[in-house]
Amino acid sequence: MHELSLAERVIGIVEGAARKAGARRVTRIALAIGALAHVEAETLQYCCEVVSRGTLAEGARIEVERTPGRAWCETCLAEVDLEQVGMPCTTCGGFRLKVTDGDQMRVVDVVIEPGAPA
Amino acid sequence: MCVTCGCGGGEAHIDGHGMRYARPRRAVATPPAAASFRPAHGTLDARHAPGTSEAQILRIEQDILSDNDTQANANRSRFLARGLFVLNFVSSPGSGKTTLLVDTIRRWGTRSPVAVVEGDQQTAFDAERIRATGAAAVQINTGKGCHLDAHMVAQAADQLAEQAQLPSDGLLLIENVGNLVCPAAFDLGEAHKVVILSVTEGEDKPLKYPDMFRAADLLLISKIDLLPHLDFDVDLAVRYARQVRPDLPVIQLSTRSGEGCEAWLDWLAAGVAAVTKAPAA
Repeated sequence: MHELSLAERVIGIVEGAARKAGARRVTRIALAIGALAHVEAETLQYCCEVVSRGTLAEGARIEVERTPGRAWCETCLAEVDLEQVGMPCTTCGGFRLKVTDGDQMRVVDVVIEPGAPA
Repeated sequence: MCVTCGCGGGEAHIDGHGMRYARPRRAVATPPAAASFRPAHGTLDARHAPGTSEAQILRIEQDILSDNDTQANANRSRFLARGLFVLNFVSSPGSGKTTLLVDTIRRWGTRSPVAVVEGDQQTAFDAERIRATGAAAVQINTGKGCHLDAHMVAQAADQLAEQAQLPSDGLLLIENVGNLVCPAAFDLGEAHKVVILSVTEGEDKPLKYPDMFRAADLLLISKIDLLPHLDFDVDLAVRYARQVRPDLPVIQLSTRSGEGCEAWLDWLAAGVAAVTKAPAA
């Protein structure tokens, strides 16, 4: 359950940025979580809701964009889709794959309401 | 007025560096070619939401683990400057991590100094087992936490340094919390993650927990003295591991019989030699 510790980091990043911008509250948080990232996106969403209680982000809607997994196939010498780590190349069926995209876990942006905290 | 849908949404702003910006329009028909992500659950539509005329979009674009990764890089620099070869041992509970470390320290002998950072949710049992070998050890108790992070390791290194027990030109062995899931995501500043799979487990673990095997640079298959009593298929386990991490080096060993331990010590010695030479280069 490292989602809880990731959620604490999310809310920390969000609150820090919101305070710096003089926000009253945060109403929406957008995360980009790759399909190959080490995290259960729905659990992370739930954990963010729990961790946000009592912060500027309490009640914020948490949206997750899923980046598809991509990998470089050393056999095909081409970039291919990769649904999960451990699955074969969709073209050649081999496993000589190096993940090139889809393992990110990022806070993309937030929507804030300006003004002193309520 | 919004040019995408015609709503009267407020202006979009960016504040990564305290600047305002117009958030790039996300036209449904012509998404930006260079978009680094694609919406899976619909577009982000807050700027179209009613009642958000005052709302501002604050662009952040920060990795969730950036604070950990920054600390991990600081740890790595610190360790390299001391000529320390640092390994992060990860596995399921019960694969024999602590037994392997105790045995490794005994076999390593006086080749170079060794210190250990032990991670467990509770108890100092493991650090006590390490100290019984004569090596320095710090125990991190994560409480409810399921993994070590870079800040914990920095504090553990500080503690070793305060006690004049942080070695130079040697080994720092970090035993992570027994867990094949969470520690995969957290860089501690190690040179390599070493994943241990004991032959009393299933050979399909690399496919069940691919993130950890993908993150590792060495697979140790442990307890191989038990192979005659088990149906564990070593070749299959290696094949599965290399499906998630092509070319993953593998060492099979048993601390009980000593088989494979020389190869393991040679691997360690090569790593120590590489980092202790590095500062002079």
